[in-house]
Amino acid sequence: MKTIAIKVTINKKQQQLVIKPNLTLLDLLREELGLTGTKCGCEIGECGACTVLLNGQAVNSCLVLAPQVDGQEIVTVEGLAVGNLLTPLQDSFLDHDAVHCGFCTPGMLMSAQGLLDHSLDPTESDVRTAISGNLCRCSGYQQIVDAIKDTKVSVNDTNKARIHTEKRT
Amino acid sequence: MASKLKIIGKSERRVDSWGKVTGRAKFADDYNVGHQLIGKVLRSKHPHAKIVRIDTSKARALPGIQAVLTAVDIPGSKVFGIVEKNQAILAEDRVRYLGDGVALIAATTKEIAEEALSLIDIEYELLPVVSDPEEALKPGSPIIHGNKNEFVHHKVRKGDIAKGFTEADFVLERKFKTQFIEHSYIEPEAVLAEPNEQDGVKITGSVQNLFSSRRSVAAALNLPLNKVQIVQATLGGSFGGKDEAMTSMCCRAALLALKTGKPVKMVNTREESMLESYKRHPYVLYYKWGAKKDGSITAMEARIIADGGAYASMSQFVTWRSVVQATGPYYCDNVKTDVYAAYTNNNYTGAMRGFGSPQVNFAIESMMDELAEKVGVSPLDIRLKNGFEKGAVTATGQKLNHVVSLKEVLTKAAEAIDFKKKWKSYRRSQVGEKKHGVGLACSYRGVSLGAEGADAAETIVSVQTDGSVIVSSGVTDMGQGAQTQMSQIVAEVLGTSMDRIQFLNTNTSRVADSGPTVASRGTIMGGSAAKNAAEQVRKTLLAVGSSMLNVKGSKLDLRNNYLVNLKNGRRLASFSELATECFNKGKPMIGLGWHKSLKTTWDEERGQGEAYFTFVYGANAAEVEVDTETGKVDVKDFASVHDVGKAINRAMVVGQMCGGVAMGLGYGLLEEFEFERGVPKQLNFDEYLIPTSMDVPRIKTIIVENEDATGPFGAKSVGEPTNEIAAPAIVNAIFNATGKRIYEIPANLERVLLGHKLVRHDKRGSEKKDAIDAMLIDSCKIRGEKQ
Repeated sequence: MKTIAIKVTINKKQQQLVIKPNLTLLDLLREELGLTGTKCGCEIGECGACTVLLNGQAVNSCLVLAPQVDGQEIVTVEGLAVGNLLTPLQDSFLDHDAVHCGFCTPGMLMSAQGLLDHSLDPTESDVRTAISGNLCRCSGYQQIVDAIKDTKVSVNDTNKARIHTEKRT
Repeated sequence: MASKLKIIGKSERRVDSWGKVTGRAKFADDYNVGHQLIGKVLRSKHPHAKIVRIDTSKARALPGIQAVLTAVDIPGSKVFGIVEKNQAILAEDRVRYLGDGVALIAATTKEIAEEALSLIDIEYELLPVVSDPEEALKPGSPIIHGNKNEFVHHKVRKGDIAKGFTEADFVLERKFKTQFIEHSYIEPEAVLAEPNEQDGVKITGSVQNLFSSRRSVAAALNLPLNKVQIVQATLGGSFGGKDEAMTSMCCRAALLALKTGKPVKMVNTREESMLESYKRHPYVLYYKWGAKKDGSITAMEARIIADGGAYASMSQFVTWRSVVQATGPYYCDNVKTDVYAAYTNNNYTGAMRGFGSPQVNFAIESMMDELAEKVGVSPLDIRLKNGFEKGAVTATGQKLNHVVSLKEVLTKAAEAIDFKKKWKSYRRSQVGEKKHGVGLACSYRGVSLGAEGADAAETIVSVQTDGSVIVSSGVTDMGQGAQTQMSQIVAEVLGTSMDRIQFLNTNTSRVADSGPTVASRGTIMGGSAAKNAAEQVRKTLLAVGSSMLNVKGSKLDLRNNYLVNLKNGRRLASFSELATECFNKGKPMIGLGWHKSLKTTWDEERGQGEAYFTFVYGANAAEVEVDTETGKVDVKDFASVHDVGKAINRAMVVGQMCGGVAMGLGYGLLEEFEFERGVPKQLNFDEYLIPTSMDVPRIKTIIVENEDATGPFGAKSVGEPTNEIAAPAIVNAIFNATGKRIYEIPANLERVLLGHKLVRHDKRGSEKKDAIDAMLIDSCKIRGEKQ
């Protein structure tokens, strides 16, 4: 099969890759780059376990072809914390016991991060809508919703987040 | 020990959650090693057929293929099964459901493996299909195993059933039906099998019950148990589902690994997972109760038929719990219950959260509401009138000597949603197409395995010379939090902080066979063993501290990572110093904790005995809004109340409650794994609908704690009870709203609106399902004829 070359920024790191054109973004992340934090649950865009941020928007990476992300920016769950320093969202998940088996967690975090990046004080309904494409079989969603809603994004944190981002680059 | 608990009861962060929010936690599919091969299974083309001929020559010739195996290549036992060994690792001469594996491929890439599957040529001779358990029990039905399809019959007999009905003022007779349920763990099954340097095999996988899978792998490969090592990867949910479904995968991957001498990875797609994995049993339940005008029950008779599917699996045990609990926590002197399981060509059915209780609770709690309606009292009052109290004697003749908190949980659940007032008000005719209703349900549940079998578990606590602690257990964590609650117990006993404790994933070669992590026994069994292990270490540490300081051991205590004066809390040495001293004195810093449950008894013929060593009690209350124009039911309010004995970790108990209710809501309203003549109709989440964040309301959780002497710090169990009564609470609420009773779940749009389900004939959904549909049409055309 013919291969194609793409340039993509993943977790703030620019990469040049040569890939098969039928590769999905999910397989690119998991199998080619070893970023196994993003999970594969259904491969048809129903479960949301493979959610990543594509240019700041939460998408199912199983439904995106890798050549489509040429020139784009991807953030995966591995791109949230800086070293051992968790983001307020990750911290809130731990505090609210929003992590049970943990398989849906990376996708949940990315959908939630996508929401919080655009809305500082989301309502419960905003939160439920944002994660409605992420299936969880363990938690009944309540602790996840609370974790997202109670994520403390103060001006300070935004600064911190900015500093994190700068450190990453 | 300090009398005040420091860590037990607190919502400590989970010990395994840091890796899960950073993406570093390794689930089975995240393990990769150099030179690994990809393993794939060719599954049956027909729900029931003889295998005439298998030709693998074309597949073998494909470049990149390292092995093509069939049943003849299995050196040892070709079948497995926990009760009855009748399930094939690879079908040899006959397939009994569409999930049966027939051949195995190991290839260098997934693409080559998939191509090779299409090159295997199998000639089948089609056999007639039976897809309904009641049909399967009739004479002349196709026989799936042996000489009859009935393979389980459990009985309970108490008092005189005929006399009970004679004494009754009236008789209620109803039929209920429940559906197949897919576990729907979000992580599909995966394993990595590696041949090891000692002639054996190491398997890292998404396995719930490592020891039973290990037994089957060893038997299939003719290896002793010590040469088969199974390590649990972080498990992405199980709910009872990653047991036999994983045993077959472990056996197949190990077989390929030993044949090729290379590591072999196997991962199911969602479609493969739903096609092969076992489901929750669908039941047909015939209930007949005799009662007095005052609402007291004089006779309870039940005849229940479970669809066991193609293999025996856990049906024997699942239906046993049903027979024990089939009449609920209600007084009745005359009981006759019969539970049967029948083989069919559907997916086999086995363990799923609840384990035989969700089905019977749907029937019992619906009956209880009908009884209330008949005698003209409220659903709460009828339960308070008939419900068990301390000293009650169950249908199996067991006297309940612990705190029986049924009425406490019922009352609290009703109060939480203002049940009394709302129930009365919603009974009057409501204006508009959207009607509201409230419903109640309650249950009692035997804890752990009960008289199913031997019940013991091991947990190991090992203190390191720097004062850090390693804990491992034969009880596994699948997301419920077993590692965290055992860590809390160890930290409490040793007086350390939680961050001192490192919990290891279960490894069959490093801890004793502790039975399966099922039956909500994790806390009571693993936790008791952890307490026992930690107490041994504590005793050693205090003895060493005593001689080090020349103070009586009874005057010392361990608190906040220090050895302290018991009375005034003065710090005498750090925990780390104490650990070093212990090492220098050559004292054992390891505790091997073993816990064996109390004795239970069972007389199979009469169905009488002390079935479980203790019970838990729970109640759910639901408020729904029914759109009478579409049949759509929205759950608006929900209260979940459970007596857990003692909550080791409150947040985790709340999480179990919310998760259990969500799954129960799916059971009551949404989920149904359907078959048409042995062919599943849903193979992915586009058509098998589990509740989303938009379907589940905010749940009011109320933890009741009546400490039980049988559990660690008084703890009992919580995992399954939370999942077993949501559906009847919702269905009872639908009745309160509409005056219509649903006898068959799920109460989806058509059942609520039309009173029956719609049968679908056209093809829809994912590609693989369509392919199977096409095969079904083919096989129907030529059913009974040779292909």
